[in-house]
Amino acid sequence: MFNYFLKRLLQSILVMLIVGFVSFSLFNFVGDPVNNMVGQEASEETREEIREKLGLNDPVYTQFFKFVVNASNGEFGLSYELRRPVSLLISERLPATLELVLVSALIAIFFGVLFGVYTAINRDGFVSNFILITSLFGVSLPTFVIGILFIYLFSVILGILPSFGRGEVVNFGFWSTGFLTISGIKALILPSITLSLFQMTYIIRLVRAEMIEILQTDYIKFARARGINNKVINNRHALKNGLIPVITITGINIGTLIAFSIITETVFQWPGMGLLFINAVQFVDVPIMSAYLIMVAFLFVMINFIVDIAYYFIDPRIRLKEEEAIK
Amino acid sequence: MIPQIIKTFLDSDIGYSFKKSKVAIVSSIIFVTIVLTSLLAVVIAPYNPFDPKSVSLMDAFTPPIWSIGGSVDFLLGTDQQGRDMLSTMIYGSQISLIVGFASIIFAMVLGVFLGVTAGYLGGRYEIVVMRFTDVQLTIPSILMALLVDGIARGFISKSLHNDMAIYVLILAIGISEWPQFARITRAATLVEKNKEYVLASRIIGLSDIVIMIKHILPNILRPILVIATIGLSQAIITESTLSFLGVGFPPTNPSLGTLIRFGNNFLFSGEWWITFFPAIFLVVLALSINLLGDWMRDALNPKLKVR
Repeated sequence: MFNYFLKRLLQSILVMLIVGFVSFSLFNFVGDPVNNMVGQEASEETREEIREKLGLNDPVYTQFFKFVVNASNGEFGLSYELRRPVSLLISERLPATLELVLVSALIAIFFGVLFGVYTAINRDGFVSNFILITSLFGVSLPTFVIGILFIYLFSVILGILPSFGRGEVVNFGFWSTGFLTISGIKALILPSITLSLFQMTYIIRLVRAEMIEILQTDYIKFARARGINNKVINNRHALKNGLIPVITITGINIGTLIAFSIITETVFQWPGMGLLFINAVQFVDVPIMSAYLIMVAFLFVMINFIVDIAYYFIDPRIRLKEEEAIK
Repeated sequence: MIPQIIKTFLDSDIGYSFKKSKVAIVSSIIFVTIVLTSLLAVVIAPYNPFDPKSVSLMDAFTPPIWSIGGSVDFLLGTDQQGRDMLSTMIYGSQISLIVGFASIIFAMVLGVFLGVTAGYLGGRYEIVVMRFTDVQLTIPSILMALLVDGIARGFISKSLHNDMAIYVLILAIGISEWPQFARITRAATLVEKNKEYVLASRIIGLSDIVIMIKHILPNILRPILVIATIGLSQAIITESTLSFLGVGFPPTNPSLGTLIRFGNNFLFSGEWWITFFPAIFLVVLALSINLLGDWMRDALNPKLKVR
């Protein structure tokens, strides 16, 4: 078991180092960092001075080492555009994005599993067909179009939900939450549903396929032969195995949600990391870009690590395979 | 020539399943119509929205013809600069389609090249290529495209951003889509490479390059075609998303995404048509390609044909 954890951990660290190198090169080779800091009028001497101070004259491996040390302390320098420390900007924006992603993930998983199981059990029902056809449309609808539609429907025509911002937030130290105020929760509804829809259609299809396959296996047939009622078979025996792939998907799902939150945050002007990143791309604000890249990669890697570990405990087949490999 | 090709197609087994599928027929008609309209934009579009002479600010915010205040001159109304919506949409779809096709071809060439060579040559090369593919498959394509876009912007001077937008987008979307091709072609190549015809061509002394291009490639075209079709709709959606986010096409040369971005600003003041028509157009385009792709996946799947 220890070996399995160690292997996963080493893999994660390797991925982080590669991502770190990419964002390090981004920082060093895209545009001239000195130029971006001092502007056009600076003399050659001041430039050289800043160059020396930033350590840009050191050998590349020393620079990379420094970069890794700084990055692991959360130091990414100053934003070119906003002239403030990137670490501060990101930590201000992080809670907004994480709350949005969390709620969307819960919506996507809950309804995804519910509809997936339902359509697998009632395969030719009217409601099932309706869900499946809608999910096919869902794949072709770009996220931002869904968002605009929602805004038009619920904010412009009906006027019941806000179309931008987070509403009132409550601060706990560095964390600001929108869960505790009515306006905060109202503001969360449209963006989180928008963000969750694409993932939901994905989970519906996955759970449905998995459930259909499982319902045809011998142990289910045997359970039927024993006369156990259908509800118990579906909910207790089949669903348990049907949920295993959902765990893996949830990992990837949250990663994708973070990426897609860029779009949702732009549509709803949600003050999260995605909006910060999009503005950074527009102005080629490299420190924010590279910090965002590292943050997102870190979240990805951490989630995947947790999923791998969770898998180990949930699915005995993986444990067996690992133990055999050691023998 | 072209009727001949269509006839051969309809007589083939795929053509048979095409004739049987209403969804495939309808969606291909829609798709072909959109492509033809955008190709013939100069002829079909009622106005040239980029010709300053034909645009008048006096016409700005004209609603569509069936609403109060609509004008016979502008079927779907006009935007904030007085440009005819229908015409800007037709020109916009031209840009979206060009970027979609070009980037998917770019992704296909890159992915198929890496996939076939990895599958055929094997060894350490294969491991490296597939590791890259796996890593990139875990990164959502929109994020990859945004990154490439951002990096490219860093290299290009600001004054050239607008002129270079089309190349940057093709590159960004192409790079974000290739792993799909690499994965599927490698898997297909691994199957083909041990078949007798490949072994036979090896025995008669054909070079690896000839075997890969002339013998393996034609036999793995089907899965590539399916991926390319679904990838095309993905590419179009990615392009419009980037444009919507403001890092794609500039307002002077708008794609469908740019039109939606600017129309979005007028949603609250009641000018819904500026953003709705391009959005509907985009969805219909993406949906028709996706439905075609779905049909193709079933029609080209030998496993399903047996039943």
